[in-house]
Amino acid sequence: MNDVLINSIAVLAGLGFAVGAMLVAASRIFKIDSNPLIDEVAELLPGANCGGCGFAGCAACAEAIVESGAPVNSCPVGGFETAKEIGALMGQEVSESEPEYPFVRCNGGKSCVTLYDYEGVDGCKAALMLCDSRKGCTYGCLGLGTCVRACKFDALSMGEDGFPHVNKNLCTSCGNCIAACPNEILTFAPDTQKVHVLCRSHDKGKQVKAVCENGCIGCKKCEKECPADAIKVTDFLAEIDQEKCTACGACAAVCPQGIIEVR
Amino acid sequence: MVEKALFTIMLEGVFVKNFLLIQFLGLCSFVGVTKDVKSATGMSGAVVFVLAMSATVSFALFNFVLVPLKLEFLRTIAFIVVIAALVQLVEFIVRKHVPALYRSLGIYLPLITTNCAVLGAVLLNVMNDYNFVQSVTFGVAAGLGYTVAMLMMAGIRERSNIVNVPKAVGRGVTYAFFVATIMSMSFVNFFGVIPLE
Repeated sequence: MNDVLINSIAVLAGLGFAVGAMLVAASRIFKIDSNPLIDEVAELLPGANCGGCGFAGCAACAEAIVESGAPVNSCPVGGFETAKEIGALMGQEVSESEPEYPFVRCNGGKSCVTLYDYEGVDGCKAALMLCDSRKGCTYGCLGLGTCVRACKFDALSMGEDGFPHVNKNLCTSCGNCIAACPNEILTFAPDTQKVHVLCRSHDKGKQVKAVCENGCIGCKKCEKECPADAIKVTDFLAEIDQEKCTACGACAAVCPQGIIEVR
Repeated sequence: MVEKALFTIMLEGVFVKNFLLIQFLGLCSFVGVTKDVKSATGMSGAVVFVLAMSATVSFALFNFVLVPLKLEFLRTIAFIVVIAALVQLVEFIVRKHVPALYRSLGIYLPLITTNCAVLGAVLLNVMNDYNFVQSVTFGVAAGLGYTVAMLMMAGIRERSNIVNVPKAVGRGVTYAFFVATIMSMSFVNFFGVIPLE
């Protein structure tokens, strides 16, 4: 009986020792020389792994910042604060950049004609493949919420009116929604830009009117009204030169379609 | 007892006694790592390696250490130590040479340690009194069977992302469970190939 006890202890202890020695040796052989700075930078990043920076995740982003010289403000989620901390770690100065939020360039939604009932795969990309959108307007929002699902921060919601709304308090400017939209409805706009055209249709006025109540018909009223000469209608769509715009709101006042938004 | 031919053992390990679909061992990675074929392949490769190695090492350990000392009752704990060490070794190698795979496998790589498929194969070797060649063959066959099931599952799940799945079946893990059930039922048909004694 004693023999069994001693043997058991000896065998297991020996096994443990042998295995331990082997692992120590292996960890020496397969050691990875990683820069400790990478871990410190990764520590400062938000850790949401949203991919907004364009890298595979926060760890990959930290690696890129330290190893391959990606800018210290690569992380759109962390914003200025994070960039400053990482900059301090990396010995770089960071200048503040204004926060940018996605902005929806379509105001159609329910007021845009729906051509047929779509019952296919749930998602805008698939719906867009079928006869160039289920909406009358091929430029417009399909309203199936691919962007809403792409958002990892619950900042987007599909409104009653049939197009997405951005909650700026939750938005981290990661850009996932912009990448997800197959119809390029969403785009980044800094918060300081006050005036926006809520349409991206280049169709002629008559065509737009036939399918959508809230589309730009290219009437050029805004262009004539603008005192700063900041608005231009090209290919039946008003475009605002944000550098010249003084946010006076004159264009919004004359727009017959009511699609120029002044925040 | 008639010695089983290696081919029989191979067939048994891969199909008739498929670890995932018939014996229901190692199911956590079956659901966890089958979201895409690439990581499923990596995971299967790691499991095949660990299975082959642990079949070899544990055979030596059992027959040359535990049996002479009459310590057969220690086999479970001894095998677990061996498997844990091997998994750790695989982790070192993968992290060094295939960092992308290391990241996509995530927690499931260390979880091979407690993957019951590995321990199951090793213990079955002992219970069936397999000799050395048979043990290693069964280990590899178990790994291949695991690979077959993993790849089928990953392929089905990958394709399911771009088709319409009824809402009642759902997506993600729920869907995986449904698929696993149907796949398991189809594997039961292999019982006809080699009758289980």
